[in-house]
Amino acid sequence: MIKAILIFNNHGKPRLSKFYEHYTEDTEQQIIRETFHLVSKRDENVCNFLEGGMLIGGSDYKLIYRHYATLYFVFCVDSSESELGILDLIQVFVETLDKCFENVCELDLIFHVDKVHNILAEMVMGGMVLETNMNEIITQVDAQNKMEKSETRQPETIS
Amino acid sequence: MALKIVKGSIDRMFDKNLQDLVRGIRNHKEDEAKYISTCIDEIKQELKQDNIAVKANAVCKLTYLQMLGYDVSWAAFNIVEVMSSSKFTYKRIGYLAASQCFHESTDVIMLTTNQIRKDLSSPNQYDTGVALTGLSCFVTPDLARDLANDIMTLVSHGDCVKRKRCSVLIMYKVFLKYPESLRPAFPRLKEKLEDPDPGVQSAAVNVICELARRNPKNYLSLAPLFFKLMTSSTNNWVLIKIIKLFGALTPLEPRLGKKLIEPLTNLIHSTSAMSLLYECVNTVIAVLISLSSGMPNHSASIQVMKYLGLLAMSKILKTHPKSVQSHKDLILQCLDDKDESIRLRALDLLYGMVSKKNLMEIVKKLMLHVDKAEGTTYRDELLTKIIDICSQSNYQYITNFEWSVSQPVTPHPPGISVSWWTIRVFAVAQMATLLDNAHLLTGSMQRNGICEVLYAAAWICGEFSEHLENPLQTLEAMLRPKVATLPGHIQAVYVQNAAKLFATVLKSQEGNTDSTTAQETSQLMIDRLPLFVQSANLEVQERASCILQLVKYIQKLQQKDVEVAEEVIALFAGELNPVAPKAQKKVPVPEGLDLDAWINEPPSESESEDEQPKAIFAKEEPKHSRPRHTEVDEKELARRREARKQEQANNPFYIKASPSSQKVYQDAPGVEHIPVVQIDLSVPLKVPGLPMSDQYVKLEEERRQKERAEKKKKEKKKRKEKRSGRGKKHDSGPESEEDITPAHMVDIVTEEMPENALPSDDDDKDPNDPHKALDIDLDKPLADSEKLPVRSHRAAEAPKSPAEDGDAESAATQEPKKKSGKEKREKKKDKDRDRKVSLKCSVSLQIQFSTSRIFNELSPSSFWVFNEKKSSKHKKKKQKKEKEEKEKKKKKKKHHHHHHHSDGGGEESVQNGTVEEEEPLPVSVYDIQGNLQDGSQVVVSVIFENKCDSFLKSMEFNVLDSLNSKLQRPEGSGPHDGLTVPFQLPPGVSNEARFVFTVQSIVMPQKLKGTLTFIVKDSSTHEKLDFKLHFTCTSYLITTPCYSDAFAKLLESGDLKGSSVRLEGVNMPFHHLLARICFHHHFSVVERIDSCASMYSRSIQGHHVCLLVKTSGQTVSIDAKCDEPTLLGNVLDEIKQTFSQC
Repeated sequence: MIKAILIFNNHGKPRLSKFYEHYTEDTEQQIIRETFHLVSKRDENVCNFLEGGMLIGGSDYKLIYRHYATLYFVFCVDSSESELGILDLIQVFVETLDKCFENVCELDLIFHVDKVHNILAEMVMGGMVLETNMNEIITQVDAQNKMEKSETRQPETIS
Repeated sequence: MALKIVKGSIDRMFDKNLQDLVRGIRNHKEDEAKYISTCIDEIKQELKQDNIAVKANAVCKLTYLQMLGYDVSWAAFNIVEVMSSSKFTYKRIGYLAASQCFHESTDVIMLTTNQIRKDLSSPNQYDTGVALTGLSCFVTPDLARDLANDIMTLVSHGDCVKRKRCSVLIMYKVFLKYPESLRPAFPRLKEKLEDPDPGVQSAAVNVICELARRNPKNYLSLAPLFFKLMTSSTNNWVLIKIIKLFGALTPLEPRLGKKLIEPLTNLIHSTSAMSLLYECVNTVIAVLISLSSGMPNHSASIQVMKYLGLLAMSKILKTHPKSVQSHKDLILQCLDDKDESIRLRALDLLYGMVSKKNLMEIVKKLMLHVDKAEGTTYRDELLTKIIDICSQSNYQYITNFEWSVSQPVTPHPPGISVSWWTIRVFAVAQMATLLDNAHLLTGSMQRNGICEVLYAAAWICGEFSEHLENPLQTLEAMLRPKVATLPGHIQAVYVQNAAKLFATVLKSQEGNTDSTTAQETSQLMIDRLPLFVQSANLEVQERASCILQLVKYIQKLQQKDVEVAEEVIALFAGELNPVAPKAQKKVPVPEGLDLDAWINEPPSESESEDEQPKAIFAKEEPKHSRPRHTEVDEKELARRREARKQEQANNPFYIKASPSSQKVYQDAPGVEHIPVVQIDLSVPLKVPGLPMSDQYVKLEEERRQKERAEKKKKEKKKRKEKRSGRGKKHDSGPESEEDITPAHMVDIVTEEMPENALPSDDDDKDPNDPHKALDIDLDKPLADSEKLPVRSHRAAEAPKSPAEDGDAESAATQEPKKKSGKEKREKKKDKDRDRKVSLKCSVSLQIQFSTSRIFNELSPSSFWVFNEKKSSKHKKKKQKKEKEEKEKKKKKKKHHHHHHHSDGGGEESVQNGTVEEEEPLPVSVYDIQGNLQDGSQVVVSVIFENKCDSFLKSMEFNVLDSLNSKLQRPEGSGPHDGLTVPFQLPPGVSNEARFVFTVQSIVMPQKLKGTLTFIVKDSSTHEKLDFKLHFTCTSYLITTPCYSDAFAKLLESGDLKGSSVRLEGVNMPFHHLLARICFHHHFSVVERIDSCASMYSRSIQGHHVCLLVKTSGQTVSIDAKCDEPTLLGNVLDEIKQTFSQC
């Protein structure tokens, strides 16, 4: 199970947070801060795994992260997930974002966090991985965007 | 109305949308909180409007603010409103907001039940999608209970794949919240494992893996199903999940492990995905099999693999320490890594790897790292580990204590010195030097703990003062004024031990006519002690003044020429024995003694609590005298130990004097209590006068070499016996270790334990054990699915067609029956396999036993013929090869024949005999195994083993395609191109490659000719090997379980054509016969009644093959039915052949 998915930038500003277990807003912020603190002090060329976030998890949980330019993508997972599998999944996630936003950059994530959520929803559902094939994810996202577009056009025609 | 809409949209134009909000926040960096609070006010206004678009926009912004840490639960009701919008766009916003901020105590959640139900059954699949996604985040027990049926309906009747897979996935969440639903839903979930859509399949695998992780034993029955999936699935994610699941299942079902080896090896060899490879290796470890040979070389130097590799190694270490120890250098290298995670992992590993042989080297290396280490956590860890390593299992790995004692940071010499007799002399000398140089330590080291070493040193020098060369000098060193700057407890030990030294000096001067030395010593004591009497530390003061008075009295006596030495030394007589750290705990409570009862009424004022135990444990053993001899020979020691044991045995109330008895300072350092020394690195770790530890390493090496040369066998034997007699379970290290004799004939004084000590292991568990197995949480509220699923929740289920219902039910009832049948079969297979495994050791024949495997055989006749093109240069070698080939040819034939047809015991033994004499061959291909992918694909696995002494490379595998069967080649290559085998073979290594064939018609058996070309590295010539692939019809059959009612229906349908065959002279029990058909021809037993059984199998193209096997005496008749008569005929022929040759 994936317990949480966090995206924050090099300064620890959250860009997306998705918790698959309920925490209060304060705890969530604390978790983000703590995770940022743990992850950011690590060198660029060390391994992508980190054990021992205090707030989230415990011994069974690992932080698996990737650092892309200005953004950290952090997945907090338990031992039922394969470490390398999750690393691949992060890569798929980022590549999907790249496809959907066309050369994704931090600004895309800042202004379109809802879209990022929608994309993520096609990959991970309730902490379980739904789809790992990028093309499949993009197809689903596109289809829903198309639907959304057709709906937004409707009121204009009415008025 | 129109006006209102227009007004609404105008409003919207002025409203901020999410992008505006984000921009605004970014523009108000300095007063962000204030800006956001005005935004929230705006949002509140927006939410009050009727326009759903405005509301949705507001909710969208709230979702963003929630991420920033603002509580938005006040808008919960508005979120529900947006969720119930009929438009997908708004609905999605609503569900997203709900998934982010709803939780179990959100009260409006109960309002959503009907809305979600409506969305689940919506004709728009995306409505269902967002509803399920949202629900997965905020599902509550109530929602789970109310919506379980709707979700089940979606699962079984979902027309759309997306809907199906989402609903399968959410079942897990429902189970978690509403465990009662698991049993009624489970059969449905199981069905989905075999869903034609890979997405649904993977969702089902996901759910079951999550469930099984918590309660693996309940899911053992699914193992065959997963096994099938593992061999057929191509989705790496699914494979990883399944492999992880098997990792959890194998500890519960050891037989599973054996079965898994082969498919896992196949995957390891064939996969290109590192993640899958890692999980395979990981599971292989869980299965406790070290596949040290034939593994592809995947030492990727990237950090990730390093970490995971170390993680995996620590798992191997637990069971196969030997195989890890060979990688010691690699792990030591990891200590140099700049990544702390990796360093810590490596450290953990080292701890487990230590043996007698490598301890010195490892510790030396670690000491170097202490110098370099930055960051306190890591350094602390490092030091703790060094000490742990050295002290583990009662110092059993330390062969050279001289070295150990000379390590300045090892603050446990008292522990050692008490444990080991012969080392004392040396230790004392070392410590004396240390004390002499104490001024070096005292100054700068005051604030860090290294002066603790002095504490130990002083104690040792005092206690074993008779070994000192120059006690007077040491005494002088101990009484230097500088000592007063040391911490109080150390001073106290100094004072006490100065007295001991004094006694020794007097003793040595005894009989000496010139008594000036003795008198000078007394004077020295009297001069120096007042310094300590003034000490602020009470302990020091007390001891000092006590001893001072004593010395004064002695001095008086000395002046009168009275012999005092004997009496003085009697003060400190007695012997110390090491006591096991847990000895106290293990003292059994005598019958009738209630430890909690008051012996006397409690005094009004509590006395010092530690007084009573002191009184008990301080009892000295009167009979023990101090060991006087400086040379302790082994015999004497043994004798003494024996005597002591005897004494203990005779005295049931005997409690040994603990090291904390009167002579020792109260906190006398047991191994456990030694403070972990933190070293300030500005301080040099070397003390002049102390030999460098490296020198000892060198010395030790020399010594070992010398010893090896000498080989005093007799002695060794003796020692070995003794060692095994002690039965240390830690002695599981490599055998070769036994050859290393310790530097001294040290006598391990076994730590004392009270008699009747309960041999409890529980307290031996080290909470820091790096190899601690992961605890699996079993208390998850989950119904025990071992029982038959009784549908207690039928009433609530959505209406279903009765036929399907029945199916599910019968499937459920079939389960245990099927399982037991399977087990039986597995047992038989095991047996078969065991027999073959014996063969394997000589020919390393790969046997398969999977349900979905297709057995392809090699036609051996043309197999070992080499191309004659040879360079003259290597003629000699080649000739030899040829000879071997011929030999091999013969054997191979025989062997092959056996392998395929016979299990006859006699013949087997003969073959074993011949095969064992086998000489290495250049290349050998053992057999080819097929594996089903889909209706027209067959995967052939070929194992290549290099049996010659040269390196083989550039292997190319080519098969002459027939019309019917074609080797699948990568796009762009011609029909006659060979496929490159993706590895090279060093001598003696085997590896497996897989080749995919497309087969059009499967009704006829077929032979394909092929060649393997390769280059022998030494001669760099091309070599060629011809072979034939034999695709039998049997190989197209897959073992498929079939239920008896379905079987009956199949026979009734009348689509099948019949045929029959009679086998004469079959002399084997019926169940053997069935097992053989199952094993060799991939059938499964549907039903068996006495000497009659029905069997079923399916071809990869979906042909049903049914058999009715009857036996009477030695005659077996097989009536068979199949919808493809040609296939049936061929299968029957093959069966006949199998039995005719046994």
